[in-house]
Amino acid sequence: MGRVPIAEGIFTWPAHEPQLIGSRCGACGIVTFPSQDSCPRCASTTMEEALLSRRGRLWAWTTQDFPPPSPPYSGPTGEDFVPFGVGYVELPGEVKVETRLTEADPEVLVHGMEMELAIVPFRTDDEGNEVVTFAFRPVA
Amino acid sequence: MDVAIVGVGLHPFGRFPGVSGIDMGAIAIRRALADAGVEWRDIQFAFGGSYEVDNPDAVVALLGLTGIPFVDVYNGCATAASALTLAANTIRLGEYDLGVAVGMDKHLPGAFSADPRSYACPSWYGELGQFVTTKFFGMKINKYMHDHGISHTTLAKVAAKNYRNGALSPNAFRRKPLAEEDILASPMLNYPLTQYMFCSPDEGAAAVVLCRAEHAHRYTDTPIYLRAATVRTRRLGAFEVHSPWLPIDETPGPTVDASRAAFEMAGIGPEDVDVIQLQDTDAGAEVIHLAENGFCADGDQEALVADGALEIDGPLPVNTDGGLIANGEPIGASGLRQVHEIVLQLRGQAGDRQVGGNPQVGYTQLYGAPGTAGVSILSR
Repeated sequence: MGRVPIAEGIFTWPAHEPQLIGSRCGACGIVTFPSQDSCPRCASTTMEEALLSRRGRLWAWTTQDFPPPSPPYSGPTGEDFVPFGVGYVELPGEVKVETRLTEADPEVLVHGMEMELAIVPFRTDDEGNEVVTFAFRPVA
Repeated sequence: MDVAIVGVGLHPFGRFPGVSGIDMGAIAIRRALADAGVEWRDIQFAFGGSYEVDNPDAVVALLGLTGIPFVDVYNGCATAASALTLAANTIRLGEYDLGVAVGMDKHLPGAFSADPRSYACPSWYGELGQFVTTKFFGMKINKYMHDHGISHTTLAKVAAKNYRNGALSPNAFRRKPLAEEDILASPMLNYPLTQYMFCSPDEGAAAVVLCRAEHAHRYTDTPIYLRAATVRTRRLGAFEVHSPWLPIDETPGPTVDASRAAFEMAGIGPEDVDVIQLQDTDAGAEVIHLAENGFCADGDQEALVADGALEIDGPLPVNTDGGLIANGEPIGASGLRQVHEIVLQLRGQAGDRQVGGNPQVGYTQLYGAPGTAGVSILSR
């Protein structure tokens, strides 16, 4: 039983300091997350992999207080559901990433607060592996 | 070539066990035909919008198999605006003189869901529970409140207004007024939006009969002219639903683009509009859309709502039939429900909901996934 990522190719794993894996356009420089093969701005197909900053600022946020429709949601439901925060973290000069937040308390979350990447448990798969995902947590 | 609306018809919005989406579409069309004083066999073409009904054109089985070109459209929450725009353009092009735009839907209760991959989103985005439209609306209004000083009370007041207007609307889904404190105290779904601040997917149908403007008086003494109908999709940098990422540089959303294009097409401005329909997926969306459509500056909504400006008897009446919050959202029909209400208002036939001052110009706006907006401008 191990810890497996929710998907391959979205964050470096295993890694001492994991990073999100985006892409940068070789022609116009725009950064995307996750990586994609063509540029959404200039339509170039010269996208290169880009490891993204681990820190940024909370640009927008809300809470998910009810279990999302399943499928596609594959996390805990019913009595096991725990409300979670979700938001966009702006990684300076790169991109705004939509992400789970480790914090779901509206009294704690503040627009503009500094956040850092964390890899957190999401669910347990059929083989008993712990499926982990990326999230951002407030910098203490 | 100008276009006029000479008939409108609605199947009520709500829950109708045993009545299919197609049945509702046929009822709405028959009512629109009767309103225009024409027969189905007079209709030369149609556009039909739906999310749940694969082939809205199957309604011909209930109305008459006349062989007309009947094209089905689906364009997210702007589906009805798309059907209307295409129908109007068909007349503008001179291809036909008299046609129908219809929308119908019959959704299950609960938040909309789909396969994220069909929205060009990765599977993990859905697995993680982020492929949820309501949380986008929560984020957007939460940020807007922070940036522009809008209060939770304002959200509750907007929702309460729409329930109150719904109580005056015989075709509405929710016809019971709700107090602001009960709206604020209902379960939080996506902060700061509570359950009663959201609309619900439901069932219903709406139809309009359109013709060449110079023929309008053959059918009615009170034609309503479609001065503009526009549809736009998001540009890079707009803050949109189902976006796993956004670029650093921001761009106005598709509502702003559709609105500006519509005003340009109509040759008038927001100050000329007398009665307004806005996409109130939630109370926050109505607040934001008021500014995105040019009816106020960002932040002015706080005072406008406190002063009752958006009420039926206010200077900027918005969602006089209760909007989506009171009517629910059968996606294919929603935008034509908006047009139905504006037509009644401009004819002076809106009964208890009638705005004063002999309104001359009305406005409708739709917005939804995955970043699509539709606007129409109508006048006497």
